[in-house]
Formats: sequence, C-alpha cells, structure tokens
Amino acid sequence: MRLLWITLVAGAVGTAHAQPSILGGTREDFRRYCSGCHGNAGDAQGENADYVDPKPRDFTLATFKCRSTPSGTLPTDDDLYRTIKRGIVNSNMPSWKPLPDETVMALVQYIKTFSPRWKTEKAGAPISIPAEPAVTTDDILAGRALFQKMECWKCHGPEGRGNGPSASTLTDSKDQPIKPFNFAASSRFKCGSTNEDLYKIFMTGLDGTPMPSFADNFKGDDAWHLVHFLRTLQQEERPEKVVWQQWLATHPGQLKPIGPDGSGQ
Amino acid sequence: MMRGIAAMLAGLLVVAPSTPRVKTLAGSVTGTITFTGTPPKMKPIDMAKEPSCAKEHATPVETETVVTGPNNTLQFVVIYVSAGDMGTAATQTVKFDQHGCQYLPHVQAMHTGQPLEITNSDQTSHNIHPLPSKNPEWNKSQPPGAAPIQTKYDNAEFIPVKCNVHPWMHGYFAVLGTSHFAISGTDGSYTITGLPPGKYTLTAWQEKFGTQTQDITISGSETAKANFVFKATPY
Repeated sequence: MRLLWITLVAGAVGTAHAQPSILGGTREDFRRYCSGCHGNAGDAQGENADYVDPKPRDFTLATFKCRSTPSGTLPTDDDLYRTIKRGIVNSNMPSWKPLPDETVMALVQYIKTFSPRWKTEKAGAPISIPAEPAVTTDDILAGRALFQKMECWKCHGPEGRGNGPSASTLTDSKDQPIKPFNFAASSRFKCGSTNEDLYKIFMTGLDGTPMPSFADNFKGDDAWHLVHFLRTLQQEERPEKVVWQQWLATHPGQLKPIGPDGSGQ
Repeated sequence: MMRGIAAMLAGLLVVAPSTPRVKTLAGSVTGTITFTGTPPKMKPIDMAKEPSCAKEHATPVETETVVTGPNNTLQFVVIYVSAGDMGTAATQTVKFDQHGCQYLPHVQAMHTGQPLEITNSDQTSHNIHPLPSKNPEWNKSQPPGAAPIQTKYDNAEFIPVKCNVHPWMHGYFAVLGTSHFAISGTDGSYTITGLPPGKYTLTAWQEKFGTQTQDITISGSETAKANFVFKATPY
C-alpha cells in the first residue's frame, strides 16, 4: 500500500511538471487515479466498480453528494476540489491530498467533460451560512426537537446510530442499498468534519442519496441547533457534549424519548 | 443553378398560400386500455409504522404498479401524441399531493416546462425524491404543514418518484413534449380532445408493461377510436 502511494505521488509530481498541455496530461491523470473505479468514460463502470460499495460516482449524471449549492444544482469547482482532496468517509473514495493542487484543479475540469449539463448550466449559487451561534442548552434542545419533528430518526435512528425503522429499506438513486450515517460511530461526516460541513448537508441534501434538503423548511438558526444536537450523539468529547451532559445530569427524567410517540422535548 | 433556385422559390410562393389551415376544427380520440394475460398481484401495504397514515385508510391499500379494473382494464396508463401536432405548453399548474402516505395521483402527466406544485397533506414528514435521468435530480424534505414545492421539468421523460422515509411510496411524473395527453381512469378509458386535423402517432405508456404506439388520422371534428391492449406478465 505504501508503495502504491509513493508511486501515485511521484507520478503526480512528474505529470504536473512535465505536461505542457493541461487537458492532455489530465486525461492521463484521470486514467491513472480515477478510472479504476469511475471508468475511462466517467460512467462508474471502472474495473473495480463491482467490488466497491457504495458505488463510485457516475460523472455522466452530474449528480454530486457534497455541494455548497442547493439540491438539484451543479456543484462549484471548489466543491469538487474539496471532495477530491478530502475523500469520502465510509466509502472507497480516498483522500487525494498528496496530489498537487493544479493536478486536482485540472481533474475537476476533466470531470466536467462527462455530462452535457456543464455546457448548458452554471453551478448553483452557494447557500449563505449565518454565523454559528453559541452552544447552549436551549439550542441543543431545539435541535433535538427538530430531530424528532423532521423525522431524522426514521432513518438515522432515535440515538443517531443509523438504525431507524426505514434504514434497512434505503436505496440510492441507482437502486443500490445505502446505509444512513451512524453518528455514534464516526467523527467525520460525508462532506467534511466541521460543524459548517454538517450544516451544509442539511441545507443542500446529499444528491443521489435518500438524504433530502431541508432548506425550504429550516428557518433562522434551525440547522445550527440540529448540528449542535447531533454533536452530542458522537463519541468525541466536544463542547456540545459537555454542555449537554451537564444539563442531563441536573435534569433527570425530563426528556421524552425520540421515536414514534416522542415529542422531542 | 440560379435559375433553379429562383424556380424553387417561385414554387414555394405558390405552394404556401394553397395550404390554409382551419384552426377552429378539432377532433378527439378516445379508447380503452386493457390487458391480456396475467398481471402481477399488487401487494398490500403495511402502514403500521406510520399510524397517522394508516388511519387515513378504511380498507387496506395496495401498491399501484399495475392497477386493474373490471373487464381487464388498466388505470394510470399515459396516452400521448408522440408525433403530429404537439399543441402548446399549458400554463396551468399541475398538482401532486401526498395523502395517506400515497401519491395522488399515482401518475401525473405534464408538458415540459409546465408548473408543478407538490403538497403534503399528511401529518408526517415526507421527502420528495424524483429520480430523473434527463433532468437535474433533487431531493427535498416536506414536513407537515410545509409550503408547497413549486417546480418544473424542462426535458421530456418518465420520472419515478419515491419517498425514502416511506419505502412503499412510488409514483411517476410523465413529462411530455406535447399538450395532447390523458391518463386512463378507473374504467381504463381515456379521451384526448383538441386535436387539429392531421396525422398522429399515439403512444400509451404503462410503468410496468412499457409502451405501445398506434397511428390515427383526424380529418375534422370527429372522435377517433384507439384502444390499446398490453400484454401482462405476472413478474
């Protein structure tokens, strides 16, 4: 494995400096780093695709999970760049951080040649993200109420363990089974590890998956409240969890459970 | 060469006024959609996990992939003009509701670009997840009491619609390049009105059994007849 990485990095550095024509060299880069899963034609039919779960992205559809743009719109170049550099947790998409920035930027342009949508549509306008409010008990309680009201628990489970009543029935847009995110088992989210990355997922949805956008129905700091509540479900000792556990310790028995009969309060 | 072009242009000038179209004449086509063979048995839907929807139904609800009526008729078949006069895009809003954890109607047809309004009449959250292949794919949550989703589709295709929260919910948007369309009713019948005189190809689409076509000619204000028979298979 280490040998593979050395080869990859050495190859990347070599091409970045040796190629006068960016797109010509980029096709070589795509075939070297991406085609194995995504296929030479970007259609997710690479030779490894059968063995990969979740399936590789099909670039001919131009549907992407990690975006800063509204559901149904094309992502920005920066969104695609960040996905390549970061990788996607709980999938076979690794982080390509070792690749030089210019190689990744050129790959972003190359990925955009696989669907005609990129010729007729512009990327969506990135959503605006208000400043993150301070973590308070009221704010976490509001997030918990939203987790109940928006029925997040139906897929993600009452404790965020990815085991809600609908979890076992979920399929992605290509009819492949897909698991809801388990908050108790992961520190990183699909599209990054910060609170802002989680905020974006609620407001943009993960296109191509069952995760919808809540942008039409979240007002004010709603999405921030939900971010802070979900942080309390994780294993990590985070500020949200400290505030929450202090409140729980001093208010025993005050919460109704989340679920079919729960009020979320 | 120049003379040839001049002659052609002269010919066009003569021909053009000789084909007047009487716009006011409009015929119709009507018919019934039936099947032969054995259609698949529809499965009962267990809504026990969603009590607010279960109580909306006095009798158990079944899946709607193949909905049959008396005398082997088929409901929810989309019949539309696939060649001929395509009409003009309608501007009135097409509605699609979620009620009792079902889509009303199960299949909704619309012209490309026609406004589509999606509502949730249920006391539970749905996510509307249409799965197009020629239009952008989006997926939006719609909690109880949420504002309607206003949208439209620019490219013609049959788009499956699902709700990931309630896996039994399935429907279709039939996005068509024509305003001449109808959906067969509970008795399998349909009528398309407002067809100007001319030759037409009609296509009938059923989500499980595929498409069938038939050519008709409308010469005046008559009502043409076009029945379609689908070959049903149990699986």
